[in-house]
Amino acid sequence: MRRHLNTIYVTSENAWLRKDGANIVVEVDGQERGRAPLHMIGGVVCFGRPGASPALMAACADAGIALSFLTPNGKFLARMEGLRTGNVLLRRTQYRMADDPARAVPIVRGIVTAKAANQRTVLRRALRDHGDRMEAAARATIETAEARLVHIARRAAAAQDVATLRGHEGEAALVYFGAFDAMIQGDRTAFSFRGRSRRPPLDRVNALLSFLYAMLGHDCRSALESVGFDPQVGFLHADRPGRASLSLDLMEELRPVLADRQALTLINRGQLKARDFAIDEGGAVSLTEDGRKAVLVAWQDRKKRDLRHPFLGETMPMGLVPHVQALLLSRHVRGDLDGYPPFIWK
Amino acid sequence: MQPPPPDPAVEDALVPVSALQHYLFCPRQCALIHVERIWAEDGATAEGRILHERVDGGRPDRRQGVRTVRGIALRSLAHGLTGKADAVEFRERGAAPYPVEYKRGRPKSHRADEVQLCAQAICLEEMFGQAVPEGALFYAQTKKRLIVTFDEALRALTLQVAADVRTMIAETHTPPPRFGPGCKHCSLADQCRPTRLEKPPCVQRWLTAQLDD
Ligand code: SF4
Repeated sequence: MRRHLNTIYVTSENAWLRKDGANIVVEVDGQERGRAPLHMIGGVVCFGRPGASPALMAACADAGIALSFLTPNGKFLARMEGLRTGNVLLRRTQYRMADDPARAVPIVRGIVTAKAANQRTVLRRALRDHGDRMEAAARATIETAEARLVHIARRAAAAQDVATLRGHEGEAALVYFGAFDAMIQGDRTAFSFRGRSRRPPLDRVNALLSFLYAMLGHDCRSALESVGFDPQVGFLHADRPGRASLSLDLMEELRPVLADRQALTLINRGQLKARDFAIDEGGAVSLTEDGRKAVLVAWQDRKKRDLRHPFLGETMPMGLVPHVQALLLSRHVRGDLDGYPPFIWK
Repeated sequence: MQPPPPDPAVEDALVPVSALQHYLFCPRQCALIHVERIWAEDGATAEGRILHERVDGGRPDRRQGVRTVRGIALRSLAHGLTGKADAVEFRERGAAPYPVEYKRGRPKSHRADEVQLCAQAICLEEMFGQAVPEGALFYAQTKKRLIVTFDEALRALTLQVAADVRTMIAETHTPPPRFGPGCKHCSLADQCRPTRLEKPPCVQRWLTAQLDD
């Protein structure tokens, strides 16, 4: 497992990244704004239009650091990755397994089961943290949803085909997002949630979730690529050109833990305000530059927090979880494990 | 006359000399590196690399009548080996090439270092058409040269390990971990996860158990 290395997020549109010795230097308008030794960095994520020097690109490729370019809202544009990633044996088995239901179903089963179980944990933690301050109706909504998610997780753990599992996944999403609004405390006028909207996000909560999912998707993709998988061929998500289906698969079980919980914390602690979001004429909501910065700082901090990994039984920073899960999936594909142990959070 | 170029299939199947050493240390480590191409650099391997860069980098030098050539490419088509020698000494005209391998640390109880040196000797014999009876390991920590005689037993062990590694790579098989004292010094321990994967539980049963409160 690699150490938990920092990701550099470059949010200034006109930034320029270059190499200076063994350091990466970020410049804005010819002024140095930051520098860091390359060996401390796991990835560089640029929002907007920053440029990077070929010398820096070569150094990143050599050190196994991925350079990614995203739109300001976190939509993936391009990524530069060195030669080191990619293991043809692993990929070939990955493709074979994706084509073979007997081998794909158990993996999907684990992912869907863990997702429902983790959604349930988010609800449970909301009750634990805010239960006594909640209105009775909100508490009842959460309690009912929690109980239903337990059943969905149990049924998912026994399901025999991908279509059934997709059904369970959809049902869990309805139940969970049906109770999501009840978990929101704080500024209720600015933050209310009436179900998922993605293209585009139609309220502030959705805008925040979308942005966090984009960050998580990025981390999952890096993790999968660094153990040698092809992130485009998934088990739960069908192949579609341009879609990183395996990253989406891995994200499923991690969304509630790493992203949803983070969104609730940011809102409930008042770390984000209404003015951190912009609403365009068509009703699409997105984070402002300041809002994005606040989210990224919180995201980085959260990744440093320790948790206990359920399968390995070790304490590790949250930021390593996508890497550990990618590794465990690769060990299953290579035959060390008789199944894929998903990440179950309690 | 130039010899004909080797058969590409034979060249493809050459086993890196370094793999023999990895295999003797731990067959799984060897597979992770040479089959799965998992790469990990921790302090220990980085230090080793820097040491090698230094010994590789030098030009031939001459000292007390000994000419030392650094970083020569090695190959044996007969035994399917390829690699690079830290240093080969040529003591006088017509004398056998004398391989010297630099090692971090101190002499070890397993024979990995001797096997690596012997594999180099086997390559040198084929390349120079001359018997190579002896070489030396230089240990940085003790600053001592350990003379290694390439006797029948060491040669047999070397060829056996080479055959085992070749089979493992051809079958693209990764053996399960065996947790041992070596794991503490293994730069791939984080990817290998020897404690958890040595006797892993049945995952489906583990998953079901996770759902109970
Ligand atoms: S951690 Fe132990 S079992 Fe695993 S590769 Fe290293 S030495 Fe071998």
